[in-house]
Amino acid sequence: MISRRRFSKIAAGTGLALAAPALSTSSLAQAQPIKIGTSISLTGPLSGTKNALTGYQLWRDDVNAAGGLLGRPVELVTYDDQSSPAQIPAIYSKLVDVDRVDLLISPYGAVLSAPVMPFVKQRDLFLVGMFALAGNDTVRHDKYFHACPWGPNSQVNWARGFFDLARAAGCTKVAIMSADIEFAKISAAGGKAISEEYRMSVVYDQSYPPNQTDFSAILRNIRAAQPEAVFVCSYPPDSTALIRGLSEVGIGDSVKIFGGSMIGLQYASLLANIGPALNGIVNLHLYVPEPTMRNPAIDGFLARYEPLARAQQLDALGHYVPPFCYAAGQIIEAGVKGANTLNHAQISRYLHANPVQTIVGRATFNELGDWTEKRVLMVQFRGIRGRDVEQFRQPGRQVILDPPPLRTGELVAPFGAARSG
Amino acid sequence: MKRQDVAFAAGAIVVLLMGFGAVHAVANPYFFFAGYVIVQYVVLATAWNILGGYAGYINFGPAALYGAGVYTSALLLKAFGAPLVVNIVAAGLVGMVLGLMMGYLTLRVQGVYFAIATIALVIMLETVVHNIEYLGGARGLALIAPEPPAWAVGRTQFVFLVLLAIAVMSVALARWIERSWIGRGLRALRASEEAAECAGVATLRLKLAACAVSGALLAVAGAPYIYYASYIDPGSAFSLTLGLNTIAMPLIGGTRSWAGPVIGALLLASVQQAATVTISSELNVLMVGLALIVFIAAAPDGLIGLAERLRRKMHA
Amino acid sequence: MFLEILINAVATGLLLGSIYAALALGLAVTFGILHIPNIAHPVFVVLGAYLAVVANERGWDPILAALAGALPFYLLGALFYEFYARVFERRGEADTMQALTLFFGVSLVVETALVLKFGTNQQTVDVDYVGQSLRIGLLVMPYRLLVPALVAPVMILTLWAYLKFTYAGIAIRAAAHDVRALQVSGVDPHWIKRHAFGIASVTALVAGAILVIIGPVDPFSGRLQIGRAFAVVILAGMGAVPGTILAAFIIGVAESLVSAFLNPSWSPGVAFLILLATLALKPQGLFGASR
Repeated sequence: MISRRRFSKIAAGTGLALAAPALSTSSLAQAQPIKIGTSISLTGPLSGTKNALTGYQLWRDDVNAAGGLLGRPVELVTYDDQSSPAQIPAIYSKLVDVDRVDLLISPYGAVLSAPVMPFVKQRDLFLVGMFALAGNDTVRHDKYFHACPWGPNSQVNWARGFFDLARAAGCTKVAIMSADIEFAKISAAGGKAISEEYRMSVVYDQSYPPNQTDFSAILRNIRAAQPEAVFVCSYPPDSTALIRGLSEVGIGDSVKIFGGSMIGLQYASLLANIGPALNGIVNLHLYVPEPTMRNPAIDGFLARYEPLARAQQLDALGHYVPPFCYAAGQIIEAGVKGANTLNHAQISRYLHANPVQTIVGRATFNELGDWTEKRVLMVQFRGIRGRDVEQFRQPGRQVILDPPPLRTGELVAPFGAARSG
Repeated sequence: MKRQDVAFAAGAIVVLLMGFGAVHAVANPYFFFAGYVIVQYVVLATAWNILGGYAGYINFGPAALYGAGVYTSALLLKAFGAPLVVNIVAAGLVGMVLGLMMGYLTLRVQGVYFAIATIALVIMLETVVHNIEYLGGARGLALIAPEPPAWAVGRTQFVFLVLLAIAVMSVALARWIERSWIGRGLRALRASEEAAECAGVATLRLKLAACAVSGALLAVAGAPYIYYASYIDPGSAFSLTLGLNTIAMPLIGGTRSWAGPVIGALLLASVQQAATVTISSELNVLMVGLALIVFIAAAPDGLIGLAERLRRKMHA
Repeated sequence: MFLEILINAVATGLLLGSIYAALALGLAVTFGILHIPNIAHPVFVVLGAYLAVVANERGWDPILAALAGALPFYLLGALFYEFYARVFERRGEADTMQALTLFFGVSLVVETALVLKFGTNQQTVDVDYVGQSLRIGLLVMPYRLLVPALVAPVMILTLWAYLKFTYAGIAIRAAAHDVRALQVSGVDPHWIKRHAFGIASVTALVAGAILVIIGPVDPFSGRLQIGRAFAVVILAGMGAVPGTILAAFIIGVAESLVSAFLNPSWSPGVAFLILLATLALKPQGLFGASR
């Protein structure tokens, strides 16, 4: 029960909070809104990314509270693409031709973005990319800016951190396994290219169907090949099954470093479900609450995200997708304010020339709109106990090994020893 | 030609002219993006119905043939930069061969067994595509199609018109089959395969013909897709949702005549296009599921059957 | 090393096969014996898996939860048949297309209901024996597969004995052959079929509990199983309930060998290749009477 005194205190507090933006938005209300359009995978296999919407909404609320863009309020226009690329052409045409949105943000990932790229190139539109690896490498559009820090030439380079760690640990033999899913296959191909560059021999290289539930045959074949590094490109359902298989069958004593590109180990429900079996795995992430990553802006963002996530049953942590959606908004904000216009060419020119400070770090764009600096994290799970989600909000559980400027610890190897600790 | 045939031909020409006119009159490209999806379903539903409706052989894997068409066309575009017409013909041939293979299967298996075998075909083809590196495997394949001819205004308008022409031809073909000796034979076969055979109907030849035509048209429906989306992946080419809609549309419209699948496709696809941007897609799927149950329970002959029943009641 | 991989591949194949048999068992009753192509069966399996998940959150073992939920699932299955029969009663025998479409529609509705209630997230259960393995020499068998694999033969034996030795069981088999003779002997064929659907539905529940022990489940997991379940039933042959497990072993071992020695990426095609080959070469299946 909330006592009456407490209640009036809360009311006064929220009243103040509400009143502040109200002052500035009253004049905004009269201006034509600036419309920003995107599609979100609210349903279908990619619906784990639907918390993107919360990221965009929080940015919209903030920018409107601060007086909007060019004195106009910002409005989001979003549709559900059902995780299907076949829906995308009609949705983006509707956004541009019917809803007449002013600026576009791409859908999630390379599969859904692929149909958008020729469209924006043909119409010569500004687009903020979301999570698509090497999204602009084929089309080479000059008005494309990526909100995610995959870095340049990301198809090959994004997972280089894993191989840098492997090389530093003295690995010469690599095993690569991947799910038959777009992102996993791209990762695997990139991994193979870097292995060759680093003169590591690839002793195992196979893919498996998505939704594979039993990995014992694969793990035995890998063990027989005696690799020192195992580069895993998996998706949420098989990530779980694979880690279970690790405990059941084992991977052998030769392995020093295991993981790399396991999608799913960023989501709260999966992390909590796997629990201590995560220990020792080295995997990609884009944000973890380590001291080198944290700043008041992202802390504030996540603090606002968490109650919303609880209420709407979204991913409890929100480390993976939502901060970058907020950053996408910030990129638009910087471009529009800097160019002081909605003209796509001028916004693009401004963004090519000026870095943008986002809640996930400073973004400087190259000619393809990728961040000039790769900022993919390789983190090692350490000291995970039980199945409490809270521990993944604490520092020291997902230690950053790479890139060096953000490092908060050294690789614990071999893998067998890292698993027990 | 009978009067009905003249009317049909006139209608077909009017539809094509309207399409051509619309491309020039309607400036908003969204109309053609959405229209493409709807017309594609007209082709798919019509093609499926030739085997499923007329002959009563349920192909549960129209996506296998559609996907084969999508990938044939993309392969030719990637390898030789082949023009769309060539791709459509090639996709049709591939679909025909696959259809004939399905047809030979009917020698051994009927009814449910046939339906299940066709599900197997989807998974088999998808697995094969996953393992062919040249086709992009699970990664998918991004290709930029060549510029469309000037008279077509834009790329989307161009593929829309091409598909519209395919749709008109498919419907005409379905109508011709329905009214010819083939259609009569297929109806006999649907009623009872043994009886038809005893009455001297060449059942195998008929089944092969129906499978080949249906397969070819299903594949042809997929041929322009790469020009529409610039990107294909096994997930959307062998899509379960697409297969489901293709089967649902004739059932909702009515499977006995050529008009049934057309009505079903126009209705369901338009509602779904509108629904994509208004209601959640869960409700969208729920709607299809409930529609199927309701139609099977209350109107097994689809909207056309329902309309006829009502008319008879009014006359009685 | 080769020997170790071979032994374990065969063992894993047998474990998986046993699990496939559990998944297909209900279909062996409704489709194999009663000739009703219930393609909604896998969706009932997923429904069962969700029941196990909900019970597991309250601290139940999934398999115990499945046994506890048997009665409601029996009633659900019976109700489902009642609905099916009502829809087609007026028209006598259901035509295959309409029956398939109806079941298809039901699958979609159940899937969507699950999405609306639980979302599309992967659901898992928390069981002590997951992550441990039984080790005998070279052989390593994860309990995650071993426990479910032991449930299936028990379930099949029970069902087989029931069909063979009890009055109702014999009546179910008779219903497939000669409905009129059944009526003459004073048994209501409608009641018998309803009863059979109820039983099939209980096997779906147990299979669901098994499925969610093996790995995560989402509302669409059933779709992956449709083809495999039919492959098992058809390879076994219509009405051959004990044959189900042998057929499932063949498919499981074949998949596992392909995974181990060829490329895991080809394994989803295996069940379907076997299915197509059976249909083309031996449509009556391995143990079925000729149709």
